This record gives sequence, C-alpha cells and structure tokens, in this order.
Amino acid sequence: MGRYVIRRLLQFIPTVLGTMFLLHYMTSLAIQFSGNPVRALFGDRTPPPALLEAVTERLGYADPCLDQRGNPCFGLFFDRVADVFLRFDFGINLRQREVTELVADAIPFTLKLLVIAMVFEAVVGIAAGVWAGLRGGSFADNLVKISTVFVISVPIFVLGVVVREFVGVKFGNVLRDQAWIPEVISNGMFSPGFKPDYPFASLIIPGMVLGAVSLATTARLTRTSIMENIRADYVRTARAKGLANKRVIGVHTLRNSLIPVITFLGVDIGAAMAGAVVTETIFNVPGIGRLVTLSARTGESSVVIGVVTMLVLVVLVANLLVDILYAVLDPRIRYE
Amino acid sequence: MSDLTSAGTAIGGAPVGAEGPVPDAPATGGKERSASLWADARRQLVRDPVFMLAFVYVLVVGSMAAFPTLWTSQDPRNCSTDRSRLAPSGDHPFGFNILGCDYYSHAIYGARPSIVIAIMATGAIVVVGGALGLLAGYYGGWVDTIISRLMDIFFSLPFLLGAIVFLTVIKRQNILTIALVLFLLSWPTIARIIRGSVISSKDLDYVHAAKAVGASNGRIMWRHILPNAIAPMLVYATIVLGAFVAAEATLTFLGVGLQPPEESWGIMISDHQVYFLEDPWLLLFPCGLLVGTVLSFILMGDALRDALDPKFR
Amino acid sequence: MSTDVNVKLDALPGLDPNAMPLQVKDLHVEFRTRNGIAHAVNGVSFDLRPGETRAILGESGCGKSVTAQAIMGILDSPPGFITGGEILYRGVDLLKLPEAQRRKVRANRIAMIFQDALSALNPVFTVGFQLGELFRKHRGMSRKDGKARAVELLDLVKIPAAKQRVNDYPHQFSGGMRQRVMIAMALALDPEVLIADEPTTALDVTVQAQIMSLLAELQRERNMSLVLITHDMGVVADVADRISVMYAGRVIEEAPVDDIYASPAHPYTKGLLESIPRLDLKGQELSAIKGLPPALTNIPKGCAFNPRCRYAQDVCRQDPAPPLYQVSPVRTAACHFWKEVKGDV
Repeated sequence: MGRYVIRRLLQFIPTVLGTMFLLHYMTSLAIQFSGNPVRALFGDRTPPPALLEAVTERLGYADPCLDQRGNPCFGLFFDRVADVFLRFDFGINLRQREVTELVADAIPFTLKLLVIAMVFEAVVGIAAGVWAGLRGGSFADNLVKISTVFVISVPIFVLGVVVREFVGVKFGNVLRDQAWIPEVISNGMFSPGFKPDYPFASLIIPGMVLGAVSLATTARLTRTSIMENIRADYVRTARAKGLANKRVIGVHTLRNSLIPVITFLGVDIGAAMAGAVVTETIFNVPGIGRLVTLSARTGESSVVIGVVTMLVLVVLVANLLVDILYAVLDPRIRYE
Repeated sequence: MSDLTSAGTAIGGAPVGAEGPVPDAPATGGKERSASLWADARRQLVRDPVFMLAFVYVLVVGSMAAFPTLWTSQDPRNCSTDRSRLAPSGDHPFGFNILGCDYYSHAIYGARPSIVIAIMATGAIVVVGGALGLLAGYYGGWVDTIISRLMDIFFSLPFLLGAIVFLTVIKRQNILTIALVLFLLSWPTIARIIRGSVISSKDLDYVHAAKAVGASNGRIMWRHILPNAIAPMLVYATIVLGAFVAAEATLTFLGVGLQPPEESWGIMISDHQVYFLEDPWLLLFPCGLLVGTVLSFILMGDALRDALDPKFR
Repeated sequence: MSTDVNVKLDALPGLDPNAMPLQVKDLHVEFRTRNGIAHAVNGVSFDLRPGETRAILGESGCGKSVTAQAIMGILDSPPGFITGGEILYRGVDLLKLPEAQRRKVRANRIAMIFQDALSALNPVFTVGFQLGELFRKHRGMSRKDGKARAVELLDLVKIPAAKQRVNDYPHQFSGGMRQRVMIAMALALDPEVLIADEPTTALDVTVQAQIMSLLAELQRERNMSLVLITHDMGVVADVADRISVMYAGRVIEEAPVDDIYASPAHPYTKGLLESIPRLDLKGQELSAIKGLPPALTNIPKGCAFNPRCRYAQDVCRQDPAPPLYQVSPVRTAACHFWKEVKGDV
C-alpha cells in the first residue's frame, strides 16, 4: 500500500508541472500571436503609453520572450511555478487584488454548491442505478435507462436556463402569491437566482442542476455495474452460503459494484467544478465559476489563468486521492 | 456537457444478459469474423427504430448545415426592429427574434457552425488521438510513457475550464479556434481507447503469426491491429460529435465562443433567455434543435455500440 | 459441531432422518433466452446414499452444472426456470420450501464447491471474512470467534500458516490453495451433502490429485455424500461409486463405476471411454466422437445423440426418446440398442 501511494505521488509531480506548463505555454503562445492582452482591457480607447507599460509590467507580461513567436518562455514558467508553490501567489487582477483573495471570497459559495450537487448525484444516482440494475429489463430499468439518456443529452446551460425560468420564475411566482408558504421556500429555494438572504436555500436548485448530468452518468454506471456483478460467480457463492438476499446484495454485490461508481464520483468533483462555471453564471452565484466567466468576458486573462491553475491543482489532488481510495476499496490494485 | 469523457464511457447500457447454456457457435477465422460482424451490425442497425430515427434527424440537421437554402429562402440578416419578437405565424413558423430577424431561417443557418466545429474537431481527434494511441499501445516502453504522461496532462484540465482559458487568451473566437480548442482538450480520450484496444489485440495469436512470417510493423498495425480498434473508435466518435455540438453551444453561451452577428443555436439561446416568460418559443426552438441533435448522436452511438459488441447480442 | 441450527432444521415439514440425503426426480430446467427456449435439463433423476460418491459426467453444456445449481437453489432466474420435478433432501421437497427455510438448507445441509475458485471467491474481502461470515450468520458467532473458526478450517484443508493467511485476499493464494479455501468454505457448517462442480478443472494435474485426495479424505472422515460433477473420466474412476452420464440435459446411462468402465451400455459413454488416451493402446489412433453436442434450443428428435451415433437407426430419430432400459438390477441405459453396444466390446 505504501509503495503504491509513493508511486502515484511520483507520477503526480510531472503531471502537475506538465499541466501548469501547458497552461503557461498556451497563454504565452496566445500573447505572442495576438499581442499584449493588456491593450484589450482598455477597449477602444488608446491608453497612455506609460499606463499601458505600468499595467503590463504589473501583470507580468513585460518579458521580451512574449514577443518571440513560439518561444516557450521557460524563465517565466519557472517564476510562475515558484510563485505558486513557494509564495502561494496566483497573480493579481487589474485592481491589484490578489487572485487568492478573490478566490477566498468566492469559494464558500462554490463549496456549498458542490456539496449540494455531489450529495444529490450520489444519493439519487446510486439509488436509481441500484433500483434499475436489480430489475434488469423491467419498467423501472427502462425508465432509468431512457430518462438518463435525455438528461445526458441536455447541455447543462440549457437545463439551467429552463429550470431557472420555469421553476425559479414561473413556479416561484405561483408560490410567492400564496401567503401561507414560508419565505425561505417561496423566496429562497424557488428564487430565480442566488439570494444573499438565503445563502443555503437559494443554492439548492442550482446545485441540483449542477449535479443533474453526473447524476445520470452515476445512475447508468451503477446500473451496468450491478448488472455485471449480480451474475458474478462470487455472488452465486454468497447465495450458496445460505446468506440472506439482503446480505448477498447489500454486502457481496454492492461492495464490488460501487468501486467504479465511487471512483467516478471522485473524478467528477473536477468536472463539477468546471460545470459550476455555467451554473453559477446562470443563477448568478458569486462563486469561483462566475469569477472565471466574468473575468473571461472582460478579458482579464491573468485572473482566469490564476483561478484555473488553482482549480487544476485541486482537481489533480482530488484525482490522486481517488486513486488511493480506489486501492483501499479494491485490494487487487494494492498488491499489483 | 461539462464532462465529455464520462459521457462517452458511462452510456453503455448493457441489456439483460440472457446467458443460457447455449454452446458457442464454432469460431471462424479473424477476417471472416470481422466481415460478418460489420454485416450483422448493419442489419441490426437498419432494424433498430431508435437508431433510424436518430439517423434521419442527424441527416436533417446535416442538410441544414450543408444546404441551408434547401430549407429556407429567407435571409436571416434581413431584420427590422419593428417586427421584434413577433409570434410564430404561417410564413414565419418560428416568429421573429429580438432584433426582428426571421427566427426560422436563423435556426436553419445556426446549424452550420455547430456541425462544422463538431466535424472538424472529431476528425482531428480521430486522426491524431488514434495515431498516438496506436503508437503508444503498439510500441509500449518509452513511447508509451511519453504519450501516456502527455495524455495525463491534458486529462487533468477540466474540459470547460481549459476551453475558457484558451479561448480567453486567444481572443479570436471563430469556428477554427473553437474546433482547435475542442480537439486539444479531447484527443487523449480517444487515444486511451485505441491504446487499450491495441494492447489487448497485440497479443492475439494471429498478430504473432503475422510477426513470425516477417510482416513489417507498419503492415501489422494497419492490417491486423487497427481493424480491431475501429469499432470502439467509431462508437466514441459518434457520441463525441454530439458532445461537441453541445460544447460549442455552451462556450458560446458563456461568451467565449462564437460572437454575434454569427448565427448559432448557442447565441440564440443566450440572447433570448430572459424573454422566456413572455415568448417561450424564442428559447424553446433553439433548445429543442440543440437537444435533439445531441440526443440523436448519443442514441446512434449507443445503438452502434450494442450492434458492434457481440456480447450484447 | 454446533447443533442449534440443526434443531431448527429438524423441524422441516416431513423430514425423515432415514430417507436418502438427496434424491432428484425427473428434474426439468429451461432457460428462456432471446434466441428461444434452451432445454438445459430434461428429466434428470438420481439418488445419493449416505457416504456415497455420485459422479455426474458429461461434456460442457450438457446440463450438469445447471442441475447442481437447481439443487442448491442458486439458478439465475430469469432466465432459468425449474419447470418440473422434485429435489428431495431427506424426504423434504426443497422446491416447495419457502425461501427462508430453503436458505438454511444451503451450506448447513447441502454445500457446493465451484469450478473456478478465483472468481467464486469475492475479490474484495479477505478469506477470513468470507469463512467467518458463515459462522456469524448461521451460528450467531462474534467476529472474533468466526475468525478463530476460519483459522481452524484453513488448518483442516492443510493450508500452511493458516493464522497469517486468514487475513489474505483470494488473489494472493495460488490456484490449488484457493480451491482448498473453497473446500473449507463448503465444509464449514458440516453439511451432509457436498456438490463439487468441476472442482479440479482449473488446476494443474499434480494439484488436481492433491485436491481430489483431500476431498476424499474429508468425505470419509465425515461420512458425507458427494455429488461430483466432471467431464474427466479419469477423476471419476478413482473416487466415484456410481456414475450418471448426461447428454443434452438427460441422464443417458446410470451405473456403478466398475460396470461402466467394464462394459458401457450407451454409445455415448462408449465414445467417451474410447477417447481417453491409454498407455496400453499406444500407437493406435485415438477415436473421438464425431460432431458437436446439439444446441439446447434445438435438440434433435428422438434420441438426442442420434446424429453422432454409429448405432443409430430410424427408431432413434423418432420421438419419443429412448426410455431408460434396465441393463442389470443396478444399472440403466437410454439406448434402444444397449445390448449391441454392450456386447460389442
């Protein structure tokens, strides 16, 4: 086990550096080919050269290598790695606020959203998958199979917009007309967007939207996995041992079937973070995702890169933990 | 579609395995088997109503993208603000958009960018991802190590975040750059599929036999190993076409994809989302077209997988 | 061994301690598949006396494993359905028992060993957990006591360093050791009947012999009845008392082991015997049965073996299938021409 963890850690380091270099090189290339990104910040106005230079310097775009097309700018890259790992510095925005600070302000909302989404997709997804998987070919099975294809086919932003308008606005308006319904439900939960007065209730529906696509995937994965395992020889052995059906399913089948599902859920934390970009934009949640979109729209690439670098590190650590969790769950991996 | 890779792999809905103690049919040679596999698959697909329906839908959308004039004679740029948001009528089945342009012709012309981007990006990942996966799987060793690490690096970038970063810094958001970004962030999945498939078929007896009679590496890869990898690649490519259509619309919606006055379903949804309560059709038409396209590709991929995998028969 | 559960089981309705440990009467099993109905078992009957070893012999797909699963009550259903017959344990028809009681028969009274121990043992639990589970669930023991019993069992099946190995996972054992774990699991609750489904097929020849002798030894010690399912005539000759030969879901010959080897009365049995390589016949061409066994969805009319049979005549190609002829007081064969087959040797 220890050796496995060490090997995974050793593989982890080049991946982290490689991913950071990829981000760095893409942005360098973009600057080398399309010119100083700072200029774009001023829109149609021509900034005074002194101001332009000052901002460029501050954002770290002054390095001459950014004028040479194709130059990988290793010097800048090493500075950046040192900034990130030694000084925990992910850059600054135009108003000279640290990206880390911006993220610190935004992260509580995103975390809440993620927790709601993950709980929703894990609980409902696994339950639906088990329900369908144990009754292969039945009505329940077909219902889950068909409805999940539909959910997977709806891009999350379409789902988000439709839910916001239908549930948040239309249905919410109906609720808000009824005096007997508590405020927290009519104004909080069923609001068309995030409300600071109801920091948790108003995130429930956005969280469910965020979790919806992965919920469908989770349900399908659980279903297939259960169907494969329910016919496995060791499940037959468990029956031959005279164990109760509850134990045959609940211990001998589920334990094995959930290994790929739990792995998926772990990896999905990263995907959910990316999905939060869309959900937060639609529901106006002041989290990290909206920070990324707003910065992208105003062309503040330094913020986008800083935040994404941070998120990628989180995703990579999450993946590493999932790998280790996988080894804990499946002894066959451990002793490879 | 926030997560392309999971969408591709988890769609496998295995039908109930009816495994009676029926003895297997006598095994025939590799070549004949693969020929009959494709013929069987085609027969099964033609009989599958879900596949045919999805196929027809994709054909319709494809023809909208290729020959929009076949579907409409209106000019989507002929706009007049006094017709803003007029409801659907006989001559204008989708009504008018916020700028007073004919919404139906908008929807027809809006198919093209999505489809073109999806086809370009899919073609690129099949060629590049396929080639890299083939090399990594066939040669193993340091070639495999380098390509696999490279795949890890691209994998660790969440799809949507990576696309936003690249498109933000590129600043030229057009069909070509969007396709390029989709390709860059998605090739590892197909490379991984091919690599796995190559590794599993590398040790088959007939590959050893081909090696023993002195066939060159190139010939073995082309004639003996690649055909085995084509089925999973085809399934994935079909599903990913749908995923790319969705991804394009999502990026456009977020403001880092195509920009007006370009026509695209993503722009149509993004521009009219706030009018949902008064004029829901402004939102529902483009959403319906988009979801139908994505759904059709996914259903086709699903049916293809079932038809090409003898396990599911 | 603990008797608390046995007491409860003695309350089975109609239990007769003097009846045979196992009797199968005219068992029918079919699989309803998309390609039609596969008739896996078509009227199998046999009985088993205390301490006796009954071999069920046949090629793969002849219905022998399905018969075993039907006896254990672990048939996958759907697609498998028992459509007729009786399975009697000491006079009690198991097919009529409610599931809760049926469950207690498993492992306590009738236990089973599977062919491939690697896939038959759960990969994510230690063998100690999987053995101890039997004592915890059937005997109400604590985790600690269950584990202690698991160590005893591993000792019993001669696994070295049982105390340490009890914490290992199945994939950490060698093939032979894994099969010993399987045997330990089957014997844990001291059953009266043991069904061994191809217990040595997946093993090396030398290991096969060790496992078979271990099984025989344990059977003698405990006066257990054994149903040995195999396709290996060599294994049968060493350990079986009586043989049922199956073909296409039917028992086509049933006899004491020596009689079958001396003079088979069914052409199929004869073909099987002739296909064994023999040292004394070195140099002669090995004869094999021509053709393939029939698909169970499409069993030939009349005698299912007729397309491959050198004795076949028109009567063999017509329904009904040949009945079981009494060849001697202790043996039967389902062949119209059993006399010719037998005298032909």
